[in-house]
Amino acid sequence: MPDVNVCGLVCPEPVLLVKRAIDAREKGTVTVLGDSEAARENIKRLATGKGWSVQIEAQGEQWLLTLTK
Amino acid sequence: MFTLKGKGLVILTGLSIGALAVILTLAGNPANMGICIACFLRDIAGGVGLHRAAPVQYVRPEIIGIVFGAFVAALASRSFRAMGGSNALTRFVLAFIGMIGFLVFLGCPLRMLLRMSAGDLNAWIALPGFAIGIAVGIWFINRGFSLGRATRQNEAHGLVFPFIMGVLLVLLLINSTVFHFSTEGPGAMRAPLLPALGASLVVGALAQRARFCLVGPIRDMIMFRDPYLLFGMVSLFGAALIGNLIVGNINVGLTGQPVAHTEALWNFLGMALAGLCFTLVAGCPLRQLVSAAEGNTDSAVTILGVLVGAAFAHNFGLAASPAGVPPNGQIAVVAGFAVVLAIGFALSTVKVFANKGRVNESA
Repeated sequence: MPDVNVCGLVCPEPVLLVKRAIDAREKGTVTVLGDSEAARENIKRLATGKGWSVQIEAQGEQWLLTLTK
Repeated sequence: MFTLKGKGLVILTGLSIGALAVILTLAGNPANMGICIACFLRDIAGGVGLHRAAPVQYVRPEIIGIVFGAFVAALASRSFRAMGGSNALTRFVLAFIGMIGFLVFLGCPLRMLLRMSAGDLNAWIALPGFAIGIAVGIWFINRGFSLGRATRQNEAHGLVFPFIMGVLLVLLLINSTVFHFSTEGPGAMRAPLLPALGASLVVGALAQRARFCLVGPIRDMIMFRDPYLLFGMVSLFGAALIGNLIVGNINVGLTGQPVAHTEALWNFLGMALAGLCFTLVAGCPLRQLVSAAEGNTDSAVTILGVLVGAAFAHNFGLAASPAGVPPNGQIAVVAGFAVVLAIGFALSTVKVFANKGRVNESA
């Protein structure tokens, strides 16, 4: 079960949800499941910009991002 | 396609669109309208007889080319995916109303940039209106506005929109007399079909790979301080400015601007209304076209909303002309704000983001 599920959402909602999640956690690990290329790239940019490392794992048509800080 | 990333691509896309727009105007498209998604969809609405405004009827190959370019790029990069079911009717209504805003200003954000680059100060007045409209949309999104999740659909659904464009192209190539074509006015000013199609294939493919958008730059800067898309917007403006300097199409002022009017209040409010609507549907008309080509049927319905909005705008005397904004258009903008604000409040009082601060969000 991912911490944040952004499947089927379009920008800016995916980035907003992830931003709220990582701002709430401050550090640790946050997993994000999604399906759109745009959301994946935008979330990657947000997370790396805030000092989180990003790991991408393809899951069929979806992807799972593991954000760690 | 993980190789195509970073800012290079979005800058290249902006530069290409700006340069091609100047070239398409040289080749015959209306002034400061080398590429305008709103204007060209309005022309298509007239071309297929949805409205009877004789000067703005043509089946613009640029729209078809952008869709095909994006479709092929999405297939090639394995990002084509049939998705839909995220409240298409509400999107239709928002696009319909937003289109009235565009036609009160006379252009989508792409044409706004082209007009700005040619010295049309009316467009510079519209820009802050557009930004404020986007900011109001963000206010709704931050308080929980959502049109809901799209779900995965059978791939065939995603092919419907490109297929419709294919039908238009075939008719355009083999028997264009079935359409209504302007004999004078902007609709009669056309770049040759095949070069226009070719240029817009490039635009569509680049815009798909770069996720190009002209609502996103302002939205992402305000919401996340993320300048990625802004690089594209500034590049587009820069390329168009340089292109216009080269071809001598610079005329700084408010009056005497091509396909424009000087009613500052309505230029401002028209783009504010459109900025609000297209923030709520998550992307400018170009982005919606590309997204529809990628298989998003919600975006395809959004484009239909733009087409029908254009038809109503001309059938009911709402659209502006160089003479100004007719009274019905002014009423429509005010009424449009009332409806969109009602939609915004209605859909953001429902707590989509349940338990604020809780990380785990269930669908």
